Amino acid sequence: MEVKVVRRVLDANETMAQENRQMFAEKGVFVFNLMSSPGSGKTTMLVETLKRLGSEIPTAVIVGDICTTNDADRLAQTGVEVVQINTDQFGGDCHLGAHVIRRACQDINLDAVDLLIVENVGNLVCPAEFDMGEDRRGVVLSVTEGEDKPLKYPLMFRVCDMAVLSKIDLLPYLDYDKDLAVKNINTVNPNIPVFCLSTRTGEGFEAWMEWLKNQVAAKNKS
Amino acid sequence: MHEMGIAMQIVDIARSAIPKNISAPRVESVNLKVGKLTAIVPESLRFCFTVVTKDTPLEGARLNIEELPVVALCEECREQSTIDNADFSCRKCKSGKLKILSGRELTVSSIELAED
Repeated sequence: MEVKVVRRVLDANETMAQENRQMFAEKGVFVFNLMSSPGSGKTTMLVETLKRLGSEIPTAVIVGDICTTNDADRLAQTGVEVVQINTDQFGGDCHLGAHVIRRACQDINLDAVDLLIVENVGNLVCPAEFDMGEDRRGVVLSVTEGEDKPLKYPLMFRVCDMAVLSKIDLLPYLDYDKDLAVKNINTVNPNIPVFCLSTRTGEGFEAWMEWLKNQVAAKNKS
Repeated sequence: MHEMGIAMQIVDIARSAIPKNISAPRVESVNLKVGKLTAIVPESLRFCFTVVTKDTPLEGARLNIEELPVVALCEECREQSTIDNADFSCRKCKSGKLKILSGRELTVSSIELAED
């Protein structure tokens, strides 16, 4: 006997993501989900970003890792509120789901922040699949990874609204074709901006900061 | 990598679809539609499914996975095409303004119950 079902497997996550989105809308918080492979320089970039934001935009950060609080410790030194999620409590999850974000938000005074940055677990596969109720998604690719990564992980680059090509200060020491990397990102997702930057030298950082501030301002207006 | 969680969700959905009036139900198969643009590895999912169905009405059930292609509609020239590599531009006019029509499905479409 066949029983028709037709139910999306990720319904539970998507329902909660919608509820989160509603909550963030009510609180007027712009939520940015930042993803990448491990070691692309996400945390370093965020530390610098938070320093540059200073008190201009009240910000909080949720950071996900399988283990350790190293990233949260580094981010907390900037003075912003940081909530660390260790996904090993949930079986070593490879991504942050909507329910995890909901729980983390209980530790954040959302009324007091305009920007919530979620630093996802380092992984170019799974986080792309899970909506958490964010406004925008970004992916960081470093120049020490292959230029073809966007073609190998198309879903990640497809679901993002912007991309960062990081560590460009290393380009003189590498056989890396930066233009090819940017072209590959735009092959998978032709409409997204790509910010080439170095956190170490500050080159290109201003364009990314401007994009972020504009996004927060647009949400505040709406 | 998150196939175990997916398998658990599938089992929950399948169990809740079993009609309440059946005593000692046994599920023979679960039919699943998976888009090619999802981060799911069918072999891993089958393995996890076998593990999480143990001691449930789904123990021993087949997991039939129908893979669905990535289909996109060009918002410029209205051409509909199947995307089979990472090039997300229109096959006809090369525009990047594509609307993904299918390819991200992860849906339990039906279950089949033993008749005995």
